[in-house]
Amino acid sequence: MTTTVRETATRTQIGRSQPRRDAREKLRGEAEFVGDLLVPRMLHGKVLRSPIAHGRIVSIDTSAAEKIPGVVCILTGADLRDLDPYYGHAIKDRPIIAIDKVRFHGEQVAAVAAETPAAAAAAVEAIVAEYEELPVVATVTDAVADGAPLVNEGDARPGLFHGLGELPPRDGNVCYRYRIDRGELEAVFARAEIVVEGVYSFPAVYQYAMETHTVIAQVEVEEITVWATCQHPFLVRAEIADLFHVPVASVRIVVPYLGGGFGSKSYTKMEPLTVALARKAGRPVRIQNRVAESMVTTRRHNMHCRMRTAATADGRLLARDVECLFDTGAYADNGPRVVATAGDAAPGPYRWAAYRVDASCVYTNLAPAGSYRAFGAAHLQWIGESQVDEVARRAGADPLEVRRQNLLTPGEEVRPGGKPLDADLVGDVEKVAAAVGWGEEKPPLVGRGVSVGLLAAGAHPVSSAVCRLEADGRVIVLVGTTELGQGPRTAFAQIAAEEIGVEPDHVTVRGADTRFTPYDRSTGASRSTTIAGLAVQRAAADVRAQLEAIAGTTEIESSELLGLMRKHFGFAGGELIGRGEVAPLGTGSYAEGPVFWEVCVGAAEIEVDPETGFVHLRRTATAADVGRAINPQLVERQDEGATLQGIGNALFEEMVYEDGLLLNDTLLDYRVPSFEDLPDEMTCVIVENADGPGPYGAKGCGEGALAAVPAAIVNALADAGVPMSELPLTPERVWRRIQELKKEGKWVQ
Amino acid sequence: MEIALSVNGREIVRDVEPQELLLDFLRDSLALTGAKRSCDVQVCGACTVLLDGLPVSSCCFLAADAAGSEVTTIEGLAERPEFERLEEIFTRHAALQCGFCTPGMLLTVKALLEDGELESKEEIKRSLAGNLCRCTGYRGILEAVAELAAVE
Repeated sequence: MTTTVRETATRTQIGRSQPRRDAREKLRGEAEFVGDLLVPRMLHGKVLRSPIAHGRIVSIDTSAAEKIPGVVCILTGADLRDLDPYYGHAIKDRPIIAIDKVRFHGEQVAAVAAETPAAAAAAVEAIVAEYEELPVVATVTDAVADGAPLVNEGDARPGLFHGLGELPPRDGNVCYRYRIDRGELEAVFARAEIVVEGVYSFPAVYQYAMETHTVIAQVEVEEITVWATCQHPFLVRAEIADLFHVPVASVRIVVPYLGGGFGSKSYTKMEPLTVALARKAGRPVRIQNRVAESMVTTRRHNMHCRMRTAATADGRLLARDVECLFDTGAYADNGPRVVATAGDAAPGPYRWAAYRVDASCVYTNLAPAGSYRAFGAAHLQWIGESQVDEVARRAGADPLEVRRQNLLTPGEEVRPGGKPLDADLVGDVEKVAAAVGWGEEKPPLVGRGVSVGLLAAGAHPVSSAVCRLEADGRVIVLVGTTELGQGPRTAFAQIAAEEIGVEPDHVTVRGADTRFTPYDRSTGASRSTTIAGLAVQRAAADVRAQLEAIAGTTEIESSELLGLMRKHFGFAGGELIGRGEVAPLGTGSYAEGPVFWEVCVGAAEIEVDPETGFVHLRRTATAADVGRAINPQLVERQDEGATLQGIGNALFEEMVYEDGLLLNDTLLDYRVPSFEDLPDEMTCVIVENADGPGPYGAKGCGEGALAAVPAAIVNALADAGVPMSELPLTPERVWRRIQELKKEGKWVQ
Repeated sequence: MEIALSVNGREIVRDVEPQELLLDFLRDSLALTGAKRSCDVQVCGACTVLLDGLPVSSCCFLAADAAGSEVTTIEGLAERPEFERLEEIFTRHAALQCGFCTPGMLLTVKALLEDGELESKEEIKRSLAGNLCRCTGYRGILEAVAELAAVE
C-alpha cells in the first residue's frame, strides 16, 4: 500500500500539472460517448425537418412511410395531445415537435423510429408534408420593424429556470429586454471632446462540438432513462419530468464522455423529442444528429449593434451608449441570459460617468440560438474595445496607457448592485501586451492590439458532491459535472487528494448520472472548478475530519490510514462518506451576481496583405486570470483552445442565410480552424492572485479568451490601418475595406 | 455481398451492403467504436483509420472497397508495442481534451511518422490539417508530434 496521508496545510497536489486522468482511455479509443452505447432493443430515430423557414403545416401523410419494413412508429405533433408539450428553461415557447406551424428551416416536423438507420432514413424520405408558406422574418431589423409578422403568438410563459424576474407582456418579436441606465448620459456626451460612434454586425456561428447531439431514451413504467450529450443533466432532468408529468426522481440522465460542448450542449436540446419518440415506440430509441442537424439545433446569436463612446481630449473615458438586437431565432433557448450577460459586458470594465445599455432578444425565423463559450462578452467586447482604441488614436495616446488610466481596479463597482471587480485588469493587460512585443518597432503592415473585458461567470452557485473513502484507501468522488474535455475529473481528483491526503491517482471521478451523482446545477459559465470544485473540496475535507476524529489527532501517518478504517468499522470493509455543498450566499440571483467576473484579456499581433486582404497572425497572448491554477497545463489548454476558436470567429466563421435558409450547412462550406491557423506564437499567461471564490482562491477560465482574442485581432488590424465594423474579417471584406480607404485617401502605409 | 479483409491483424469475412460505409461497418458490425463519426464529408478526420498503412476517412470509404486490405483502427494500434511511446508523449503534453478527435489524430500521426517526412513544425501543421481538434488549440498536439518526430 503506497497511500500517504499529508498535512492539509502543506499543499502538494495543487498547482501541479498532473496528467489527465482520462488520457489512457481516450488515447486508446476506449472512452465511451453516447453514440458508442448500445441499449438492448434499441431503435434508430431519424427526423424529418422543415424545408422552409416559416409556414403552416397543411398535412403530414405518413402512410407510405409506415409501410416500409422495419419502421416501428412515426411521431408528429398530433401524438402530443395528452401533454403540455412546450419547454424552454427561460421561456416555454418550444414544442417538442412542430405543432401546426414550422418557424425555422430545419425544425422537427416528424420523427421515425425503425429497426435500422437505413429504414428510418427511407421512411423520412417517404413522409409527405405540405406547407402553406408564411412571410419570413429573416433578420432582427425586419423583426422589430412596424407591422412585422409575429414569430410566436400569445403570452410568454416563464420556463422552470428563467431567472429573469417578472416577464413583461410580449412586445412584438422582442422576447426579452435588458436595460441599464446610469448617470446623465446625454449631458456627459454633450460636453465630451471625443465621441466615437458606429454601427456593427456580428455573425451567427456554429459551435461545432465534433460529437454531434446524440440521445438515447428509454421510457419504462417506473423510470425514464436518457443517455444524452448534455452539459446540464440536472436541468434536463427537470424539464423532462415537467414535460412528461413524472417526478424528477423518476427521470435518470446519464452523461458519459462528451465530445466537446462549448455551450452547444447546454440546457435541453434533442432530449424531449427522443423521449417522446421512445414513449410512442415502446422501445429505446437513439437519435444522432448529423452536422447539418446540429447546426440548426443551436448556434451563436448574430447581432446588430449601435454603440457610441465619449471621452475627453486626452483620452479619459466618460460615457458609453449601447443598443443591440440579438437574433435568438424561432425559440428563446438561452437567449435571454445571453442578452443579459451581453448587457453586463457592453460598457466594458471602465470608470464611466454615465452609461446606457439597451439589449433586446428578438425572435426571427432562423434556427434557435443559445449558448456558445463567452456569450455576451464575445458579442460586445470587440466593439467596445475598438472604440476605446479609436479614442486613443484621436487623443494621440497609447492604447495601453488609455487602459491603464481608465480600467476599473479591484473592489470598484462593475455593475450596480452586482459583485465588485475581483481581478487585476491592469496587471493582466500589461502582461499580454508584453507577450506580443508592445512598444517594439513594427514592420510595415503589422499591427498590434490589446483588449480587456469581463464576463459574468459561475451561473447559479448550487453544487454538491460526495467523497467516499474506501477500505483500501481509495477514494470515489461523486459529482454531477460533465467531462467535455475541460478536465474536471483530473482537477477534482487533485482537490480530493489534497484534502484527504492521498495520491491523486487513487481518486476516481466518473461521469454524471442523476440517479447516483448529487445535484450540480450545470457545467458551463466556467463554473466547475470554482463551484463544483468547492463542493468536492468540502466533501473531501469532511472525510478528512472524520478520519481525524477516529484518530483523535490531526497528525495522521500514511501507514495509519487502513488501520484507522479497520478500527472504526471492525473489519476490512465500510467506507467514510463526506458531503460537500455550495449554496448561494445571498439569493443567488443574477442581479446580485456574478459568482466571479471572468477576465477576458488578450493581445494580438497581425500582418495584413493589402493585395489579398489576408490577415496573418504573428502572435497572440491571453491572460488566464484564474486565482489559483489547480492544474496549470489544463488551464493553458483551455485558453489555447479558446484562442483557436477566437481566431476562427474573428477571421472566417459565419453561418450564411438567405431568406431564413441556411446555405452553408456542411464543414466543406463552413470552415473551422485547423492546424494551419495556429498563430506563429501563442502565449497563455497564467495569473494567480488567489482572488477567486473557489478552492484555494481559484476561479474559472476557458471562455474569456474567446471574447478577448477576436477583439485584439480587430484592434491589431485597425492598428495596421484597417478599421472594421463587421465580423468575420474575411480576406474579401478586408480587401474591400482597403479599397474604400484608398478612395477616401485614408490608406496610410 | 461478402468481403474478406484483415482488421487489426485478424482475418474477417462478412456480408456487407454495397453502399455500406467502412465507418459503419467497423462501428456497427465489428463494435470497433474508436473511429468516430462527425463531419461526414472527409474534413474533420475523426473517422480516420489506416488502410494498408495509409490514413483514409472511413466516413467516405465503402466497406466493400476495403476487401483484401489490411485495416488498422485505434484498437489495433493500441495493441502494438510502439503505442506506448505515443501514449506517453501525448499524455505528457496534454495533447487531448475531449478525446473525440484523438483516435483519428493518432492514426494519422502514426502513418506520418512511418513515412518519415515530418521534418519541421510547418510540415507537421500542413500534414495534420485534415484532422480537426476543437478543444486543444493544437499546440499540445503539435508539441507531442514534434517530439515523436524529433523535430525542434
